[in-house]
Amino acid sequence: MSSVRVLVGTRKGAFILTSDGKREQWDVSGPHFAGWEIYHLKGSPADPNRLYASQSSGWFGQVIQRSNDAGKTWDPVGNKFAYDGVPGTHQWYDGTPHPWEFKRVWHLEPSLTDPDTVYAGVEDAAIFLSKDAGLTWQELAALREHGTGPRWQPGAGGMCLHTIILDPSDPQRMYIAISAAGAFRTDDAGKTWRPINRGLHSITIPEPTAEIGHCVHHVAMHPSRPSVLFMQKHWDVMRSDDAGDSWREVSGNLPTDFGFVIDVHAHEPETIYVVPIKSDSEHFPPDGMLRVYRSRSGGNEWEALTKGLPQRDCYVNVLRDAMAVDSLESCGVYFGTTGGQVYASADAGDNWTPIVRDLPAVLSVEVQTLA
Amino acid sequence: MTGGRSYSTVRVILPAHLRTLARAGGEVSLEVEGPVTQRSVLDALEARFPMLRGTIRDQITFERRAFVRFFACEEDLSHQSPDAPLPDAVASGAEPFLVVGAIAGGS
Repeated sequence: MSSVRVLVGTRKGAFILTSDGKREQWDVSGPHFAGWEIYHLKGSPADPNRLYASQSSGWFGQVIQRSNDAGKTWDPVGNKFAYDGVPGTHQWYDGTPHPWEFKRVWHLEPSLTDPDTVYAGVEDAAIFLSKDAGLTWQELAALREHGTGPRWQPGAGGMCLHTIILDPSDPQRMYIAISAAGAFRTDDAGKTWRPINRGLHSITIPEPTAEIGHCVHHVAMHPSRPSVLFMQKHWDVMRSDDAGDSWREVSGNLPTDFGFVIDVHAHEPETIYVVPIKSDSEHFPPDGMLRVYRSRSGGNEWEALTKGLPQRDCYVNVLRDAMAVDSLESCGVYFGTTGGQVYASADAGDNWTPIVRDLPAVLSVEVQTLA
Repeated sequence: MTGGRSYSTVRVILPAHLRTLARAGGEVSLEVEGPVTQRSVLDALEARFPMLRGTIRDQITFERRAFVRFFACEEDLSHQSPDAPLPDAVASGAEPFLVVGAIAGGS
């Protein structure tokens, strides 16, 4: 019988939530790495027992953990993230040049085909690759050395590379996104990169349609249509039908087009999900009502999904890596909040129930669908 | 003395999070070759527990992480040169070398 495993990274450890295909009863394992920030953990599509976790702390820096048995046991692996050559400078918040400094790993993206190959997106923004199951890491330096690098600037959360999307139809193609530089694409496995921000409009930068400088919060893709991308920008929900070469806004009737997460239904490539958040500085749901919005038309027309979600006095946030879907016949959708709830819907968002209510603030949610 | 080289047995106490990471007990005994300094103690510690590399000092610059402190004999030695000799009581094993997470540094 099918089952699902939900991997939850929080401010104070990792939790693994498991259920059978009904997704009604859940076992909770954790905290793993108690007391440490777990920005992200993710399983290998090629070997679901192989998990990678990014563990960090203000005291003791960055650790990478690897599990070969679905999270029952873990081993620390390599944590040396050395920028290639002399890393140079990017812009600091005040516009002055600031040296590139490694701070943490925000996102781990295992290869689609090889459990020992995994990418890491880091702050200050760069992408690293390990081909030996996390023991050693090499920077794909052409991204950071893109000519625009000295003009990249951190968003409020730091200058993080938070999104890595591997194209299942083309192993040479990969998308990444950086706050607040924007989105980039490689078509040659990281040897060269190009900004893919045409069509984005950001009033927070002097030239709103500039080549770089956009605060992209997250990007999602359906594996069956790898040239169609959906983006939650700081403000604006965007869509590209040409692999990022151009974007158009699909915010439509959303109550606010600010937010962090965005994801795509496992079986319906035109069904997408966002969680609108009030900004500029509040960062909680409008009117204290936690609502997931679903579009079945690839954007523009959105419906509020509220059944089972708090509709009063709710002031949590849902961070950029904290939504995921399973691929069971009835698509499951999951998201975690800064209030420590992980909500699940076993019917594509129509009805929601909390799996857990009182975890530390949730930083990331990933789902593995197991045969 | 071993083959003309001098070794000291140094006791190191790690903070709880690093004990968990290293799967080490409350106190670690290390054989330190040559002069007993912060650098030689940390070299020996990281050789025995490679998973601690980068958690106490930077792996590239070898600078102490900002929110880690080194105490011994009721003194804060954090700002001393990494190559300065540690107190005789540490070198002799009479007193431990403490790696401490600063009171700041977390969230």
